[in-house]
Amino acid sequence: MATLNSNVPPGPLADKWRTYKSNLKLVNPANKRKYEVVIVGAGLAGASAAATLSELGYRVKCIVFHDSPRRAHSIAAQGGINAAKNYQNDGDSVHRLFYDTLKGGDYRARESNVHRLAEVSVNIIDQCVAQGVPFAREYGGLLANRSFGGAQVSRTFYARGQTGQQLLLGAYSALSKQVGAGAVELVTQHEMVDLVVVDGHARGVITRDLVTGKFHRHSGEAVIIATGGYGNVFNLSTYARGSNTTAIWRAYKRGACFANPCYTQIHPTCIPVSGDYQSKLTLMSESLRNDGRIWVPKKNEDCKKAPADIPEEDRDYFLERIYPSFGNLAPRDVSSRAAKRMCDEGRGVGETGLGVYLDFAEAIQRYGKQVAARANLVNPSKEKILELGEAAVKERYGNLFDIYHEITNESAYKQPMRIYPAVHYTMGGLWVDYNLMSNVPGLFVLGEANFSDHGANRLGASALMQGLADGYFVVPYTIGNYLATLKPNSRPSTDAPEFKAAEENAASIVKRLLAAKGKEPVNHYHKKLGKLMWDYCGMSRTKEGLEKAILEIGKLREEFWANVNVPGSGDNMNQALERANRVADFIELGQLMCRDALAREESCGGHFREEHQYPDGECKRDDEKFAHVAAWEFQGEGSVPLRNIEPLNYEFTKMSVRSYK
Amino acid sequence: MVAEKPSTKNISVTIRVWRQPSAAQPGRFVDYPARDLNPNMSLLEMLDVVNDQLERIGEDPIAFAHDCREGICGTCSLVIDGKPHGPHHGVASCQTYMRSFEDGSVITIEPFRARPFPVIKDLITDRSAFDKIQQAGGFISIRTGSACDANATPIPKETADLAMDAAQCIGCGACVAACKNASAMLFVSAKVSQLGLLPQGQPERDSRVLNMVAKMDELGFGNCTNQYECSAACPKLISHDFIARMNRDYIAASFRAAFKPKPAAGSGGGA
Repeated sequence: MATLNSNVPPGPLADKWRTYKSNLKLVNPANKRKYEVVIVGAGLAGASAAATLSELGYRVKCIVFHDSPRRAHSIAAQGGINAAKNYQNDGDSVHRLFYDTLKGGDYRARESNVHRLAEVSVNIIDQCVAQGVPFAREYGGLLANRSFGGAQVSRTFYARGQTGQQLLLGAYSALSKQVGAGAVELVTQHEMVDLVVVDGHARGVITRDLVTGKFHRHSGEAVIIATGGYGNVFNLSTYARGSNTTAIWRAYKRGACFANPCYTQIHPTCIPVSGDYQSKLTLMSESLRNDGRIWVPKKNEDCKKAPADIPEEDRDYFLERIYPSFGNLAPRDVSSRAAKRMCDEGRGVGETGLGVYLDFAEAIQRYGKQVAARANLVNPSKEKILELGEAAVKERYGNLFDIYHEITNESAYKQPMRIYPAVHYTMGGLWVDYNLMSNVPGLFVLGEANFSDHGANRLGASALMQGLADGYFVVPYTIGNYLATLKPNSRPSTDAPEFKAAEENAASIVKRLLAAKGKEPVNHYHKKLGKLMWDYCGMSRTKEGLEKAILEIGKLREEFWANVNVPGSGDNMNQALERANRVADFIELGQLMCRDALAREESCGGHFREEHQYPDGECKRDDEKFAHVAAWEFQGEGSVPLRNIEPLNYEFTKMSVRSYK
Repeated sequence: MVAEKPSTKNISVTIRVWRQPSAAQPGRFVDYPARDLNPNMSLLEMLDVVNDQLERIGEDPIAFAHDCREGICGTCSLVIDGKPHGPHHGVASCQTYMRSFEDGSVITIEPFRARPFPVIKDLITDRSAFDKIQQAGGFISIRTGSACDANATPIPKETADLAMDAAQCIGCGACVAACKNASAMLFVSAKVSQLGLLPQGQPERDSRVLNMVAKMDELGFGNCTNQYECSAACPKLISHDFIARMNRDYIAASFRAAFKPKPAAGSGGGA
């Protein structure tokens, strides 16, 4: 049984991090170069950690499966990044950001971690501006903000609809500076395929060179995994096609506990599925809910009508109706489930009936009139107002409207967008303590790959905040505390038997995949897995459904290994093999997610068990039995994994029923 | 052939694809049929479907670079019917949809072609040269934790917006593929301009442009043709005006470097 000590420091909540930081062990500057840290992943968390650790003087190796660190999927985040700067003077504070995030996560995150996140949020904005990140500004030259779901203040910083891109390029430039200076060794197009554990400590990784197919061994005093989330287990999601679970899954199989795997975020505003060929779903940023109004027809028979033909009184603006105080800015899990309920009632729109409208007509009118008044136009015509309003909306959301048009061939200026929830983020991940170290000493896990800060639901604009907080401002302190306990230059030789065994393990998986020579392509199995997961472990879950899914996924796994066809060989670039290697892990992970969802007999945040709800359809938590983190421990192939528990002790906040009404 | 009006019915096409097992081996075009395609399918999804068919019969699927499939990561890099990123302006290869093509057309798909971007396999090229240029100077040297308050330096909105226009570059390399000189000046000028426009980028402004241009030349990218194919092919429509801005910066920096007074050497050590 794994030991799960959260190592949360004592003391008042607001002082914990500050006090703890000043008591951490240090590594002397001349010794830092004698410690090597192997970092896997170079998204926001990985790149910021690599840059910062090498600035401190550690030897850093940064490994990515992409051809460049700039391709990591952090780049696709649209809306923004939260920070408790209170530049708007609207009452924001570190405590408020902490509280909103904790409540948004439905009281399933660790208090101390969330408070630290809120504290360092302000440093992140300073750091990024200094790097040259061109955040949106007001005419006076100061930084602009907007609102996101689950908050009643404007604390979100943004760079058009491309905030993730700009923040990642900022971290990438910091990393590039260190690579150019010879302080970071950058290894591209290498995929981590195993973790090397020596005497119970993580001491390196095995990678497969995706161009040559060769395996490589990397040794270090510590390993950092920052490889992102695992939402592609659903096949269709807003993730990049390459996003995968292999690094964290193989670490799990080497003893790292996997925490809350069933906590999945389903984002309410994505472009609906249109056909079986589809490879990914596209997000329409939450920022659109600042101005767009979400509705469905009141009457089922109106669903096939053109939206313009449905009069105002026959429309149900259901978020505004059900959640009057947050309205269209209700949190993601709440909004997604509400949309699903409307579609389940038969009031969904579009060809498949799985869609709701996101309507900008009112915003276009409002902005049109505002602009006309500012320009002193007397009795402007309807057309003029429309023209001015469309221009104003375009300035705010133009690139998102363009993406919508490219995909659907419809103009959202002229008719409402059709949207539907889609898999977007995974709150679960490898278990880590307050130091962001897993239960395998020496293995640190950052960003979406860990489970730490978002509880059972993540608020908008908090993923970027967490990734950068972990990489810039947390792990550079906490890893020193671990490294200081080791002798300098104590990393093992890559000839050690543990390295050999790990490489052989990774190679044997590749060999088996190539040897199957069955009848179906990898995608066939990925699609099947995705459908099972979406149907039984998606927006709503039941005992029967999950039990069925566990069995079905077991069968799918057998079928996959018996009947997959991976052409070609393992000694050159082979994209079918890359996919097969990842899908094999997704299948196993999918089963664990279902087990976790089955064991958690309550509803919280993104995890909704139909058996546990209030009469109005809201989540019914069970704090007595489930106020804990479930951390699953691998028990060997074919054995049921062990469910360990870390109790969540709320010292400072009262767990209450989460209400946005 | 590009459809004049977007198709609404399913279409069938032939794709003529560049197949090349590795950099060391010669490549050639191979035709594949792609039938009964939903017009809302993306071009990359069409390739997925063709690849599934190839894998089912144990043939090597067409290797192509892709990741986010929403036009922001810069991984996809196809020359479609002779144009980097295909027939439409301001989109990446992954944002090209089958409705753009006529039923029965032959679509030619090639990798980006430029000497500094050698082919790795089929449609995938090695674009690590861009990372090397970035490493030569595409940054502001700011140690983590040493920044002052973000609002300490106001920046006029117009300046920040212009910097953002340049910063949108996704590093795909279409500008290089579109240029007959394989010039990387649009890519380099976008980063030089973004950082050079902002007050934070001033201390290293000269060294940045000199070092990045030197690295660009060293890696074998050509000079600007002044024909602006780069901007036309750019999925983010980055303006060639930034090239002019970089040239001004470069000249000024070269002069300053030539006439710069040297600081007294050997001030290190001390107690």
